[in-house]
Amino acid sequence: MTEITSSSAAVLAGLISSKQVSSVEITTAFLDRLEKLNPKTNSYLHFNRENSLAQAKKADQQLADGTAVSPLHGVPIAVKDNLTTTDAPTTAGSKILEGWVPQYDATVVRKLREASMPILGKTNLDEFAMGSSTEFSAYGPSRNPWDLSRIPGGSGGGSSSAIAGHLAPLAIGSDTGGSIRFPAAMTGSVGAKPTYGAVSRYGLIALASSLDQIGPVTNSVMDAAMLQDVIGGYDPRDSTSLPNSLGSMVQSVKEADVKGLRVGVIKQLSSDGFQPGVKACFDDTIEKLAAAGAEIIEVDCPSFEYAVAAYYLILPAEASSNLAKFDSVRFGLRVTPDGNPTIENVMAATREQGFGPEVKRRIILGTYALSSGHYDAYYGSAQKVRTLIQQDLAMAFTQADVLLTPTAPTTAFKIGEKVDDPLAMYLNDVATIPANLAGIPGISVPNGLASEDGLPSGLQILAPAMQDAQMYRVASIVEKLYMDQWGASLIARVPDLEAL
Amino acid sequence: MSEITPDLVRHLASLARILVTDQEVEQLAGELGVIVDSVATVTKAVSGDVVATSHPIPMANVYREDVILPSLTQLQALSSAPDSNDGRFKVNAILDED
Repeated sequence: MTEITSSSAAVLAGLISSKQVSSVEITTAFLDRLEKLNPKTNSYLHFNRENSLAQAKKADQQLADGTAVSPLHGVPIAVKDNLTTTDAPTTAGSKILEGWVPQYDATVVRKLREASMPILGKTNLDEFAMGSSTEFSAYGPSRNPWDLSRIPGGSGGGSSSAIAGHLAPLAIGSDTGGSIRFPAAMTGSVGAKPTYGAVSRYGLIALASSLDQIGPVTNSVMDAAMLQDVIGGYDPRDSTSLPNSLGSMVQSVKEADVKGLRVGVIKQLSSDGFQPGVKACFDDTIEKLAAAGAEIIEVDCPSFEYAVAAYYLILPAEASSNLAKFDSVRFGLRVTPDGNPTIENVMAATREQGFGPEVKRRIILGTYALSSGHYDAYYGSAQKVRTLIQQDLAMAFTQADVLLTPTAPTTAFKIGEKVDDPLAMYLNDVATIPANLAGIPGISVPNGLASEDGLPSGLQILAPAMQDAQMYRVASIVEKLYMDQWGASLIARVPDLEAL
Repeated sequence: MSEITPDLVRHLASLARILVTDQEVEQLAGELGVIVDSVATVTKAVSGDVVATSHPIPMANVYREDVILPSLTQLQALSSAPDSNDGRFKVNAILDED
């Protein structure tokens, strides 16, 4: 069954629709593999064989009756555990939601069910998606299939390690400051954050509502495009959902052509602060694009210097408000202290026991940023930086069709290396944060192995808002350049997980 | 240096309804001090005439027709509650007895 679990979702979809292999056979192959190997990677927090196979059987029955309901009909998928599911627990990686089974499906989950895509299970994440390593999950860190002593990125390290370890052909992530793209870079997989509002957030446990966006985590650009076409679109249940269609991402991938492409390289994200091997991979790809006929232009985004600072005011501020709902009243954990406590004592005791260190840190930081006397200086200034970042990007996009950066400053670091240094951890997202602040789409594609440690590096492609199709087009060009040189995708070189 | 003192951390934690131990207060004061010093650089980046952006994509508020749609039943809404009684969420006293 190795061939099945190492195949792309596009190939699996073809095998299913032509009735060469059934959805049950494919889903079984992934379940067999994840049941055996999940103890090594801790990618999944919950899975249930009978439930997944029942969904696969239904998909096969629909095909036998003559109808494929979507281009990914019957292809199984993993879902990040901050999306609500009525048939599985949803913990967001937190003790405060341990055992909670929601009463409604997230819109994205509903769309997967309507597309007849069996759900394999729910993947691990930093608690409430706060982190870039999964070390802040209350259920232990996930591990990187390239080297089990290293982080798979975060917050969506469960999804990225599931993809790189071939424990799922497709996965769903969420990206507030890089939680899809950073893990993709760390594991040699593909991760896309669509334009803000392109995918419904209904049923996503909110971290920072003006930044959160759901997107695909996959092994190829085509797989990501196919998945965005399934999960995207207007949803009346999300008031920030975009009413207009962004077109077909799959069509755009098929039309990939480098001629006349203007590629912008951001001055502030192409020189200092990157691991030499990561920078070398980036320079190499830029040279290849130029050789293939793209025009390379340096663009200046001076406000990016302040992006991380603005982000770590806006995010904690919004998170401190969003996480007020975990109050021990309607759902989740309740801890009642001895004596005759008031409801406020109960809330404080519950949140003390239910939340981990990073969540407490950010809630208290957000409370400070929003407090009287500091609001204008901190939160107000951060919102103004957001305007400057949008202006810099708007100017850059008059000069270039897309902007390219290394996705992350380094390759995957060791588990434990940065966990006690919040500021060092925050700087992992230096290249990914601007896209969230501006609401534009960004994708990370594999960009070779860094020479000093042999670990994957990622290339990030940014496009103007609503131009997700353009982003996928260029991602496909880069992927093809890589395939032409190496003869196979980067993910084909991941070590055999069974032997590790 | 920032103004994040142990007393301020205690006050912020109580506003956020999070019980903190003395040890946590000391640690948080140190960590938050470093973080606040770092993020405070945003104040240097902007001047008064820059407008603030609260939302990445400009949007007006969205209304829908005032029609009844299916929603959770009372039983469903209460099903995850730590405690309920007589069709309602049950909680400890809101006011202190003193």
